[in-house]
Amino acid sequence: MFFGENNLLSLMMIAPVVGSLIIMFIRHKDAEIENRNVRSVALFTTVITFFMGLDLWAGFDNATAEFQFVEKFSWFGDDINYYLGVDGISVLFVLLTVFLMPIVILASWESIGKRVKEYMIAFLVLEALMIGVFTALDIFLFYVFFEGGLIPMYLLIGVWGGMNRIYASFKFFLYTLLGSVLMLVAVLYMYLEAGTTDIPLLMMYDFDVDVQSWLWLAFFASFAVKMPMWPVHTWLPDAHVQAPTGGSVILAGVLLKMGGYGFLRFSLPMLPDATVEFSWLIFTLSIIAIIYTSLVALVQEDIKKLIAYSSVAHMGFVTIGIFLLNTNGLEGAIFTMLSHGVVSGALFLCVGVIYDRLHTREISRYGGLAINMKVYAAVFVLFSLASVGLPGTSGFIGEFLVLNGSFAYSSWITFLAATGVILGAAYMLYLVRRLIFGDLTKDDVKAMPDLSIREKLIFAPLVAVVLWMGIYPNSFLEPIHTSVKALLETHYPAETTQAAASDTSPVAVSSEGAYR
Amino acid sequence: MNGEIPALLPALPEIILAIGAMILLMVGVFRGNESFNQVTNLSVLLLVICAVVMVTEVGGERQVTFNNMFVTDAFAVFAKVLVYIGSAVALLISGKFLTEHKIDKFEFPILVLFATLGMLIMVSANNLMSVYVGLELQSLSLYVLAAMNRGRLRSTEAGLKYFVLGALSSGMLLYGISLIYGFSGTTEFDVLATSLSGEGTPDIGIIIGLVFLLSGLAFKVSAVPFHMWTPDVYEGSPTPVTAFFAAAPKVAAMALLVRAMINGFPGLIDEWQQIIIFISIASMLVGAFVALVQTNIKRLMAYSSIGHVGYALVGLAAGTQAGIEALLIYLAIYLTMTLGAFAAILSMRRSDGMVETIDDLAGLSETNLPMAVAISIFMFSLAGIPLLAGFFGKWFIFLAAVEAGLVPLAIIGFLSSVVACYYYLRIIKVMFFDEPADAFEGGHGRSVSIVIGTAAVLNSPVSFLLISSLAGAAAWAANSLLFQ
Repeated sequence: MFFGENNLLSLMMIAPVVGSLIIMFIRHKDAEIENRNVRSVALFTTVITFFMGLDLWAGFDNATAEFQFVEKFSWFGDDINYYLGVDGISVLFVLLTVFLMPIVILASWESIGKRVKEYMIAFLVLEALMIGVFTALDIFLFYVFFEGGLIPMYLLIGVWGGMNRIYASFKFFLYTLLGSVLMLVAVLYMYLEAGTTDIPLLMMYDFDVDVQSWLWLAFFASFAVKMPMWPVHTWLPDAHVQAPTGGSVILAGVLLKMGGYGFLRFSLPMLPDATVEFSWLIFTLSIIAIIYTSLVALVQEDIKKLIAYSSVAHMGFVTIGIFLLNTNGLEGAIFTMLSHGVVSGALFLCVGVIYDRLHTREISRYGGLAINMKVYAAVFVLFSLASVGLPGTSGFIGEFLVLNGSFAYSSWITFLAATGVILGAAYMLYLVRRLIFGDLTKDDVKAMPDLSIREKLIFAPLVAVVLWMGIYPNSFLEPIHTSVKALLETHYPAETTQAAASDTSPVAVSSEGAYR
Repeated sequence: MNGEIPALLPALPEIILAIGAMILLMVGVFRGNESFNQVTNLSVLLLVICAVVMVTEVGGERQVTFNNMFVTDAFAVFAKVLVYIGSAVALLISGKFLTEHKIDKFEFPILVLFATLGMLIMVSANNLMSVYVGLELQSLSLYVLAAMNRGRLRSTEAGLKYFVLGALSSGMLLYGISLIYGFSGTTEFDVLATSLSGEGTPDIGIIIGLVFLLSGLAFKVSAVPFHMWTPDVYEGSPTPVTAFFAAAPKVAAMALLVRAMINGFPGLIDEWQQIIIFISIASMLVGAFVALVQTNIKRLMAYSSIGHVGYALVGLAAGTQAGIEALLIYLAIYLTMTLGAFAAILSMRRSDGMVETIDDLAGLSETNLPMAVAISIFMFSLAGIPLLAGFFGKWFIFLAAVEAGLVPLAIIGFLSSVVACYYYLRIIKVMFFDEPADAFEGGHGRSVSIVIGTAAVLNSPVSFLLISSLAGAAAWAANSLLFQ
């Protein structure tokens, strides 16, 4: 039994919008009080939305691959509907979004001092749009949310960003837009060809094999930029470095996942022939991304840049996993995305903590934090290790599943991707050594206080989730499993049977505990 | 036919407008310039009355009168509603500006009324002769309007430039019409359509005539390569006049172009389609690239309007009913964006007068947030970013293009829209990211604020609720154009 069965998804989108409208009308002659009220309303709204998300998770039926919580209203024209719903692939992304939002608001509590009102409004609108992306079941609606998110993010980077924020915001906007307009052409074509914008129906539509390649490439242009994949990843380090902490967290935590989600929702089910045909391209680019960006990350002087490059590398694992077209690969990819959303978000928050104290992101300005910021050091090390993929943390499960899936496909991919894991350990541990360990020599670093209550409150849920995902991943794999299995069985019968024949590994992650 | 009075009902709004404009002219002549405000308000009222008469009395049935010179149908009603809105809003926002610049002559509203009358005739023209009459009535009024501020060099320059180039284009148009008449023996659209629908290649004279006709019309909609006058005229004319130029005449000329091609030359679609595709691509590219380096916001809007004409022409290039429907939707949305944007430009004033460079907007979000938000809505909407109304226009236009098999055209259009996005983003950057310049003074008048507010709301996500009815109305209008 749960609340709001019929309109839960809409309510989750409306709540942040209502919150931002309320914030718009908050006025007080004392700016301090006004800002405090604005922050409180934003926090309250996101927490409410988070509880709705929990409600969604509780009400979600793991046993079916059908879309749930469906809402459908005719919008305009004959075919275009307001159509929402979630399945196993999308439900956890919604959850990730609503989970990160209150944390982001809390993290911006003190670091954002100017134009608090607009900042909070932009974030709440962004939240509604992100939920929209993951729940839209009409391709037009999806596109509206997908692109619409650019506007608040552009403003967030541009208004509250760092020194070079204008360059970064333009690069972010135009790069993403360029990729997306090609996708829009494909969307138009698919609509006219299939006569519907209904995503479940499009999934069942059989597109001509020759056309599929073009459509696939158009979608690829959009999702590869969003993901981001090498060589179109260059907007990400800039955007990350310049964005305010909250913006970085959402960018790494949720916006990057839209690319992977797009592949899963569109490329795989709608264009299966082209997906098989082009998987070599994805594997090549992903392996380059993993190795190259890991090497680049090794030599970064800027903490945020280092984490940004590590994000690109992790996304390489995700794309490999998606295009392996077997259960382990896909589940691993989704799990890696969720884990990366939490872990990289947490790492950016960690950077934000020390940035608020010293106002620099240069690694060499720090050192020896383990001596005067003990709690912080412990938290930072934990998230670094989760990023590396230490067993017992969330990062391990995803990477292991992907590597396991890739072994069934080609041991070369596994070999090369595993190199990335080693390099990942290298750059993260190197970062930890320079930042956390060593002698505490610098005076300004010595003066830095440890985590405040508010900061501890931010990190506590993140630590808990990272460990939960690492120790008992089944809570998160179970909702995914049925949908992934259905996707593969419906659209890739050949690959599925082949994999079943060769795959005898006893990795029991499904609730049934075995593979067919 | 001789001596018989033709049916007047189909042209009733135009007749009321013509008589009303002349009465108002008399009022102005006898009462002098102090009647400016009165005449302006009465003109707006007159436009509203005409629009109401048109919708209630004439309706969307296809009716012809004056020996088939004049036609009214759903398409005409749709386009005319836009024309009425464009003219009335331009009048509403101009009063305060003109008074302050001491050019509050009563001729201004009268000229707008006559220009509007010309546009209405253009929209309803069913014969190349009435096309020309309507076009000239509109153009002559516009030439004078451009030079309204005759004490200022740039305004007179704009007026003169517009007149010389406009006369040239009228000449080309007339030459084209005479060729078409010479080779087909008729100037009436319906007869032309039937006589040209036969098999085999059409006469070369007709095709040359068609090219000239299209050149003349391309000038009126300011499509590349006949766009050169646009930036200068936009920049030189008084801002309310520019706002008027950007909205209603574009709609009328575009409607005329559509009716001439679809009703007059349906058999020659292969011939005119390539021309339209060319000018549409050229307009989109010029509009996107040249605007990148502009610093004056009115010039920027001029290039932006060239680009938007390119997008709208994509709908005509498709040559299908869906294409016309998309074009109408696009025009309607464009009208709201552009009127809103110009109303916002009108409010850019400091104590030492109007300013119109982009840098003057610096930090507007800190000095006047609602205005900054409204301008951002217009800019994002012009850029065609989803969430705002402009995206629906692009969606329908390119949907029609892809449906008609013009996928490369759609791809070029989208890519140029990414380029164009840069300069719209630049305006938003200046307003939101830069350090504030001096604040603007208020006092641009309540009607300007109302127009900005209304247009911003219409372009905001509120458009999600309205798009369904707009698409319905456009489909109704496009359906009434006869498709052979």
